[in-house]
Amino acid sequence: MKSNLFGFLFAMWVLIIIGGGIIVTLLGPVSISGFGDLDWLISSVIKAIISIILVIVWILILLKLKNMIFRKEIKS
Amino acid sequence: MIELILPTILSCIVAFFVVFTMTPPLITFLEKKNLIVKDVNKKKDVMVVRPGGPSIIVGIITSEIILYAFLQMNEILAIIITTTAAFVIGYVDDRKVMGGWFKPVALAIAAVPIIIFGAYDSNLIFPIFGTVQIPVLYLVLIIFMIPITGNTINSIDVLNGVASGFMVITSFSLSICLFIVQNYEIAIVSLPLGFVSLAFYKYHKIPSKIFPGDSGALTLGAMYGSIAIVGGVEIIAAVALLPAVINSFLFLSSVKKIVEHRQVKGKPVEHTDDFRLKATTDKTAPVTLVRLILASGPLSEKQVGYAIFKLAIFSGILAVITAFLMEMHFEI
Repeated sequence: MKSNLFGFLFAMWVLIIIGGGIIVTLLGPVSISGFGDLDWLISSVIKAIISIILVIVWILILLKLKNMIFRKEIKS
Repeated sequence: MIELILPTILSCIVAFFVVFTMTPPLITFLEKKNLIVKDVNKKKDVMVVRPGGPSIIVGIITSEIILYAFLQMNEILAIIITTTAAFVIGYVDDRKVMGGWFKPVALAIAAVPIIIFGAYDSNLIFPIFGTVQIPVLYLVLIIFMIPITGNTINSIDVLNGVASGFMVITSFSLSICLFIVQNYEIAIVSLPLGFVSLAFYKYHKIPSKIFPGDSGALTLGAMYGSIAIVGGVEIIAAVALLPAVINSFLFLSSVKKIVEHRQVKGKPVEHTDDFRLKATTDKTAPVTLVRLILASGPLSEKQVGYAIFKLAIFSGILAVITAFLMEMHFEI
């Protein structure tokens, strides 16, 4: 069991690193122009929506991982 | 760099000795006031005083004021005010049982001084891949960060010495990471958190003479979150905190709503005849870190505590690796 917990910790860490890469790749280039003073607000809203979607996906993956790693412990 | 040595040494000594010397009289005072609770993991009726938050907050404020006298940084003021607000919120919850939503909402408000003092950088730095600028989203992140770190530390305060011992490992890991990413001033500002936790651990370790209570746990968690924000090391701080994050994640994913631990009916852990801890088979009980540690068989309270500390050391090492990966990016 304890090795499972270390494995889950490590998996979370890997997900954070990969998730960071996806965020930088997807959100970094987002830049809106043509709306004047609203440019920064619109690009911020788009970045916020993408980030929320990514966090939801991250949590769903984590839930799957949790069920995979701790299947036996959670059922008992 | 050399001019930082004196404030560093002075603040660390003050942080440690204020808590170390103030906690025994606080224990006596709380005993006189009959502010005691039963230690549920002991065979006999052992009563322990709480909350230990007052000595923790005095240690933090004193040491950070010393640092402010030398460094004159707005970041220090933001940390002091946010941490003090978290202490007050925790103390209210210690004295009067509040609803499940009270602490998250109140702690979100406690994060506002960080925004008012402008003690943050809206660039979110990720290891290897670099930086992303999220000016509006970052404000939301600040508001969420303090309730998350505060409640996360509070949620692992379930066994003798665990919350303070865990904070010793996690906060020193964060300080090391801040030195690695060459944010020396915030690294120094973060050191008192580790020394305050270390001094409190002396009285909180098994068998506990005092419990930190919500005021102590929220103070430690909120200061940790504040340091992560003002130091621009949010990702590293999250990695160092992973065992406690896992605990909150497991709890929330099994309960499926924000609720106080005391409101949950099913018990995740029970006692054997020799009063070791063992995981229950109660389907209504939440899944927690302690329950998973006990899944392979009963353990003593001390053994479970050490298992959590091993996980904290492991995530501390991952945090240090993450900090080096950040450095690797800076050099590309």
